[in-house]
Amino acid sequence: MSQNNRLSQGGRIDRSRVLTFTFNGQQYPGFAGDTLASALLANGVDVVNRSFKYSRPRGITAAGPEEPNAIVQLGASEAAQVPNVRATQQALYDGLVARSTNGWPNVQRDVMSWVGKLGGSFMPPGFYYKTFMAPASMWMTYEKFIRKGAGLGRSPAESDPDIYDHLNQHCDVLVIGAGPAGLTAALAAARAGARVILCDEQEEMGGSLLDSREVLEGASATEWVERVVAELADMESVTLLPRTTANGYHDHNFVTLHERCTEHLADTAADAGRAGEVRSRLHRVRAERVVLASGSHERPLVYANNDVPGNMVAGAISVYLRRYGVAPGQRLVLTTNNDHAYRTALDWKEAGREVVAVVDSRANPDGDRVKQVRDSGIRVITGSAVMEASGSQRVSGARVVAIDTTRFVVTGKIEELACDTIASSGGYSPVIHLASHTGKRPQWREDLLGFVPGEVKGMHFAGGVQAVYALGETLADGARAGGEAAKAAGFDQAEAITVPSVEACAESATSALYQVPHEKPTLRAPKQFVDLQNDVTAAGVELATREGFESIEHVKRYTALGFGTDQGKLGNINGMAIAARCLHRSIPEVGTTVFRPNYTPVSFGAIVGRHCGELFDPERYTALHQWHVENGAEFEDVGHWKRPWYFPRQVDGKTETMHDAVARECLAVRQGVGILDASTLGKIDIQGPDAREFLGRIYTNKWAKLAPGRVRYGLMCKDDGMLMDDGTTSCLAENHFLMTTTTGGAASVLEWLELWHQTEWPELQVYFNSVTDHFATMTVTGPEARKLMAEVTDIDLDREQFKFMDWKQGTVAGVPARVFRISFTGELAFEINVQANYALHVWKALFAHGEKYDLTPYGTETMHVLRAEKGLIIAGQDTDGSVTPEDLGMQWAVGYDKPFPWIGKRALTRPDTAREDRKQLVGLKPKDPKVVLEEGAQIVLDREQKIPMTMMGHVTSSYYSPVLESGFALAVLKGGRNRMGETVYLPMSDGTTHEAEVVNTVFFDPKWERQNV
Amino acid sequence: MFYIHCPYCGERREEEEFHPNGQAHLVRPADPDSVSDEEWGDYLFFRDNPRGIHHEMWVHRLGCRKFFNITRNTTTYEILETYPMGEQPTITAETAKVRHEQGVQTADGGWQTVGARPENSTLNEETPS
Repeated sequence: MSQNNRLSQGGRIDRSRVLTFTFNGQQYPGFAGDTLASALLANGVDVVNRSFKYSRPRGITAAGPEEPNAIVQLGASEAAQVPNVRATQQALYDGLVARSTNGWPNVQRDVMSWVGKLGGSFMPPGFYYKTFMAPASMWMTYEKFIRKGAGLGRSPAESDPDIYDHLNQHCDVLVIGAGPAGLTAALAAARAGARVILCDEQEEMGGSLLDSREVLEGASATEWVERVVAELADMESVTLLPRTTANGYHDHNFVTLHERCTEHLADTAADAGRAGEVRSRLHRVRAERVVLASGSHERPLVYANNDVPGNMVAGAISVYLRRYGVAPGQRLVLTTNNDHAYRTALDWKEAGREVVAVVDSRANPDGDRVKQVRDSGIRVITGSAVMEASGSQRVSGARVVAIDTTRFVVTGKIEELACDTIASSGGYSPVIHLASHTGKRPQWREDLLGFVPGEVKGMHFAGGVQAVYALGETLADGARAGGEAAKAAGFDQAEAITVPSVEACAESATSALYQVPHEKPTLRAPKQFVDLQNDVTAAGVELATREGFESIEHVKRYTALGFGTDQGKLGNINGMAIAARCLHRSIPEVGTTVFRPNYTPVSFGAIVGRHCGELFDPERYTALHQWHVENGAEFEDVGHWKRPWYFPRQVDGKTETMHDAVARECLAVRQGVGILDASTLGKIDIQGPDAREFLGRIYTNKWAKLAPGRVRYGLMCKDDGMLMDDGTTSCLAENHFLMTTTTGGAASVLEWLELWHQTEWPELQVYFNSVTDHFATMTVTGPEARKLMAEVTDIDLDREQFKFMDWKQGTVAGVPARVFRISFTGELAFEINVQANYALHVWKALFAHGEKYDLTPYGTETMHVLRAEKGLIIAGQDTDGSVTPEDLGMQWAVGYDKPFPWIGKRALTRPDTAREDRKQLVGLKPKDPKVVLEEGAQIVLDREQKIPMTMMGHVTSSYYSPVLESGFALAVLKGGRNRMGETVYLPMSDGTTHEAEVVNTVFFDPKWERQNV
Repeated sequence: MFYIHCPYCGERREEEEFHPNGQAHLVRPADPDSVSDEEWGDYLFFRDNPRGIHHEMWVHRLGCRKFFNITRNTTTYEILETYPMGEQPTITAETAKVRHEQGVQTADGGWQTVGARPENSTLNEETPS
């Protein structure tokens, strides 16, 4: 057992449970209750990482989410890799494997460290942009090496074995943070009767009380915490969520909480013996009221070499001593500008270690804690600060000097103190991140030397987050905020709760000190780090201001201050203060930065929850889907639908190519009979006495005289006159219609109908209902279609009795059906609608009878070829929101003389829509029949023209036609209808140019005889 | 993510159920053929883009499918009221300005006042008088 830095007693760890873990390939012991960081410190591991830019050795600095250095890669197996985990937040478990994120070949000997040794003058802010700027094409190459050198965590190469989920929650009061303020807030709100969620990011609740020296109601702080947590746990209206970070505060009190369910136990839930359970969970909480009790982070002071391992934030040292029984060194120098940090000197001394000196920047500190320290015989050096740390892999001394903070100069002789640990405290920064997530700017309080949150509606602040630091006041502030939140949520019977008594402690005022002046100017002094994670130095900030970056937002972006996973938790205020000093302005004048979600990194697993794999996006299947699967269909995504694309057959033991399959399917329809599953077409049932009038206003064509039993094709425009959707609508009865829409337009067309009915014409009595899923649609089409249909239906199929654009009610394969004689192929076609649950039966019956006609199933690709051969458009493919019915040559479907000003009519007479040189739909026939033009290819008239060429239009649909034995295309072309017979050119990106002739859009059967056979 | 009170369903629901439909209270000319091209163009294409109070039309797409209006502050994202089609807002940029000058908050209720119709007293408890 090593653990040389472990104290013989104390701490909230279980010494009876020894856990073994591996860090950078070496095994160490730790105890249950440790974090990875406390266990590393217990074992005397000084260097845990290399810095991001300069590759300097770095040690553990803090004890919580503000830790900038101890960023590790976690996971014993490839699948369990987790990047960028803070060792300070990771509970230790048996078998934990971690390695440093940066450093090659290892953190002890890093080949990149020459970069750091060469010094800041070689790598100023913007170094990468300045140095690797030219040639621009090489940046991608440079970046690869820079990334490798700089290093970031890596994502696992195998898929995650764990599951994650989401939980939607509601509560009256959400309390964020279970420190002293959060606990009393939750208690006050819960006792008032509110439903409360209390979340805290740490392994156990209590926050700063877990390492506090103070006494509450005569008991230790931890005993009081246990009592309160037990009371809250007993209340049914309270949900306690430990290990749960409130990461994002969104509009209208929507808060995302990230709960780690098994991450503290093992690499995976299965490894923890909890297979099948979720690893972590995202709570999506809609709270009536939020109490933000997120506390504060202690700011380190900025002095030279303040990044050498052994430099720590004062409060973190107390946490390690009191909570984990770890003393991370032997001889301590504490440098501070406030009273509160003095407790660390007392904690250190009580642990049996030597406090070399407390160095206080104030001239005459005289608070109670200061007296206590002096009384215990510790040397206090006033009016001074640690100017520079000595040592490279570990602190070996502190250079202390008297300073004048107003003039920012050193004023005395430098004293060298031998020590191995330097604790620094520059005051406290409220953790205001969540309060600024919705854009509220925080406000600087010079009296409190920190930013406090701006007013956020629905949010109450308690304790350290608004710079209330004294324990007694914090407890009272929490109780007040909790009571107010409950009252605002409607629980106004709240009685004031009694706050435990705390012995008052007189404090002397904190002085403003961020960067400690050095004997040399900042730019020449050894590096004074502001943002340890991003290697931003005081010199870098100063240089940025000299180069003209005056707003802190610009300084940030130039230097990378506050970037990365750190988000400036330790460094932001110091950076602003240094920029302010250089610019001779105040901190708020330099600007405030706001924070964005998330507060700490959230794993993708938790964000995605169960929405992965086939549940990533909803998939819709038709009633015939299983048949398609069994018959080898290749599928195409159309909206959320899975539609058969084509049905490749096995020919001579090989699977047909798409080209061959589509050619075969096309010929089957043109020569025999084919069948298409068209169930995905949108279907809207429209009823009411004004249904007919409504259709007349929505469609461009006339509906007044459509008789029951008849079907009409209609165009739908927006009010700007541009085509939006098309489809057939059948008159089922005088006041009853069935509208079909494109597959993708089903939902939007229904909403469009509702929009006009509800907002413009509420006086019309008409009702709409989506019946897309209620009916399956099967299109039987081809010259043999009538013969096949005759075998399965009782409907009279005589061509005079059942005309084109008629529909009939009857039975098909013994089940009730509506059959429509409409055609999207140009061939004789019957579209059968049956109740969806009969679909498979009918489909199979058709195939049973269809075998002798070689009934061929076809997919969307063949459907596209067949309709394009007939010049039939697809809204959304041949149109793009800038195409009018006239552009399509469909004046025949526009009722200009209808009495009501239907949607789109007015716009069709605007000068722009009446232009003659608008892009019009035409056919294109490539001169070389083997060529299939690219969809989207641009059309030019002069192939010799220099770039930029005059572009006249583009190809919208293009296929190979087996009946024409040629490629063919639909296109929109400026003034196209007047260019019939002209030759146009289509230059391609590979330098070739295709030639094509402008032709009519109907390529096959121009007299439309085949659909009427 | 917004929490929106549907004036038809009578309760607040998640934004995911709704869809915005642009500026509210647009008036389609009753006789489009009689307006000039310019007037028609204004109706078709020109929209307000205010900083502050804005009236928007939304639809409860995955709920009752009804369209309704929202008075929303475009800088704070606060929804001040929701009201059915055919009604007028009780809070406008003008009234909000007056109230602001009087030192009265436009709407309390934390971050949303729901169903701010005066007759809708049960939904209206959080609206200042």
